[in-house]
Amino acid sequence: MPGPLLEIRNLQLDFGRGAKAVRAVDGVSFHIDPGETLCLVGESGCGKSVTALSVARLLPSPPAHYAGGQILLEGQDVLRMDKQQLRRIRGGVVSYVFQEPGASLNPVFRVGHQILESLKLHRPEAAKAEEVVRLLKLVGIPAPESRMRDYPHQMSGGMQQRVMIAMALASRPRLLIADEPTTALDVTIQAQIIELLRDLKQQFGMAMLLITHNLGIVGDIADRLAVMYAGQIVELAPARALLARPLHPYTRALMNSVPELGGSGGRLQAIGGSVPLPGQFPPGCRFYPRCPSARPECADKPPELREVEPGRWVRSFYSL
Amino acid sequence: MNLLEVQNLKVHFPVKHGLFSRVAGHVKAVDDVSLTLAPGETLGLVGESGCGKTTLGRAIVRLIEPTAGRILFDGEDITALKGGALRTRRRGFQMIFQDPYSSLNPRMTVGEIIGEAIDIHRLAPDRAAREKRIGELLDAVGLSPLHALRYPHEFSGGQRQRIGIARALAVEPKLIVCDEPVSALDVSVQAQIINLLQDLQRQRGPAYLFVAHDLAVVEHISHRVLVMYLGRVVELASARAIISAPKHPYTQALISAVPVVDPASKRRRIVLPGDVPSPIHPPPGCPFHPRCPVAEARCGSEVPPLREVEPGHFAACHLAK
Repeated sequence: MPGPLLEIRNLQLDFGRGAKAVRAVDGVSFHIDPGETLCLVGESGCGKSVTALSVARLLPSPPAHYAGGQILLEGQDVLRMDKQQLRRIRGGVVSYVFQEPGASLNPVFRVGHQILESLKLHRPEAAKAEEVVRLLKLVGIPAPESRMRDYPHQMSGGMQQRVMIAMALASRPRLLIADEPTTALDVTIQAQIIELLRDLKQQFGMAMLLITHNLGIVGDIADRLAVMYAGQIVELAPARALLARPLHPYTRALMNSVPELGGSGGRLQAIGGSVPLPGQFPPGCRFYPRCPSARPECADKPPELREVEPGRWVRSFYSL
Repeated sequence: MNLLEVQNLKVHFPVKHGLFSRVAGHVKAVDDVSLTLAPGETLGLVGESGCGKTTLGRAIVRLIEPTAGRILFDGEDITALKGGALRTRRRGFQMIFQDPYSSLNPRMTVGEIIGEAIDIHRLAPDRAAREKRIGELLDAVGLSPLHALRYPHEFSGGQRQRIGIARALAVEPKLIVCDEPVSALDVSVQAQIINLLQDLQRQRGPAYLFVAHDLAVVEHISHRVLVMYLGRVVELASARAIISAPKHPYTQALISAVPVVDPASKRRRIVLPGDVPSPIHPPPGCPFHPRCPVAEARCGSEVPPLREVEPGHFAACHLAK
């Protein structure tokens, strides 16, 4: 099929309505091609998770309210779909893996049963124990024949996350959305899961939307990178180029504020202030109050996201 | 003289089963750990979840009862202190907690939270001196004296952590145990708190026992680093040595697993198989041998002692050179 797998155009998402409405996502646009991995990076409250949840309309509405924009999944607008169509794309086209595997699995069913349930729904012809074993083997669970009889609490966090990934893969999605899949895990387990996601992506040519606050893990896996701040994309670029030479002051400040292993040990370049909450975004450029290279005019007018180099988009008057 | 000396400390928690709460085994959360800390020094404590680093930190400030071993603070054995004697000695060692949302009483104003410690240790002769002291402390952590009248919920995560730091500083301790003080904070705010802790150490000279799982943060702030695995010390060395030339295979894997921002760096990543084993049934011999990429036959039977591989560089591995 020609064209991108997912295209989000000028998405505007409010919580609440009328005078009490708080805009959490304000004019986010990006696309993902088949087989491509896009990482959405940002701190808490920047709107990255709610953007990701919107792709399959997983936010309860109300309080969520889509004030504008389009989410085109294989050319069809998710925001205009009825319940039946939504059920078809959930799992069928797009699957999710969440941050807390322990909270996403049902504690009273064996993990094999939960994977089987996903198969019954999406691929009834394959809903057999052999397929469950194959999926568990695929995500690297040792002795899958016996582990499928485990309850979630009998597994470690890393194993639970592998089960979640197996469940997401059961329906053979074209897009896998992983929302902070490694944040709750230890460093060595985190490395295992990232390795697994990268393998699976290569094996199945699946597209991936990876949400994270950790710039470190994106270099290994992302093709392109979108950095979000206060409900907007502030920088969008090929991952390597962005990490090698960030153009937005926020991206640069974020990278500089993290100590590097084996670094000089000098004083860290902290970003002043704190992350603004939705509903309290400053006028003008939203990063202006914390920006090290801000100028007076930044407070007056919000900057547009513009293409400063081929494929590199930046929302700043003074890209570095 | 060392400010803190921990000798063969053990913290074992009983695991109970059944109707009569029969003790079925023990979780050896901290198993035979020894360490020293000089005045004004920062010792980083790293390891994955369940390795016992938080338990060790809490046992040192006597929030958890040790099962065996000795804790010497300023030359005095505080392992068995109780009641009023312990409270008096606590003036010397304080703690900063991980979660700035749950470690501040929501019903107390910031001034009351900080002032409580001043009252307990009778550090202010009168009310005016107390107010002045609270104002100074808030100023020292980058807040305004006017904030003393507000409640914790009015502050952001980073500001709350500053309040926690001011509370710990109120009694001018010689040692502050920092238990994951930045891991609950946004990335852009973490650097502020790390800088603040370093500035305060330079100005006031407390020693830090800095417990964290983020190796890059620990390396940045620590003079020496201690790596724990399943309740035991696996490596102890200067921060520089442990990152540039780790001796223990676990430390090597841990360092290689730290994600790097720079895509150009071509580091070899050691991906460890399997999970951390249960501390109720730790493997025999070296606790790390089931996951170790270089394990030999004797690693499965002999527990490797912590030995000095190079001057000041200790590792608990049969094969470390």
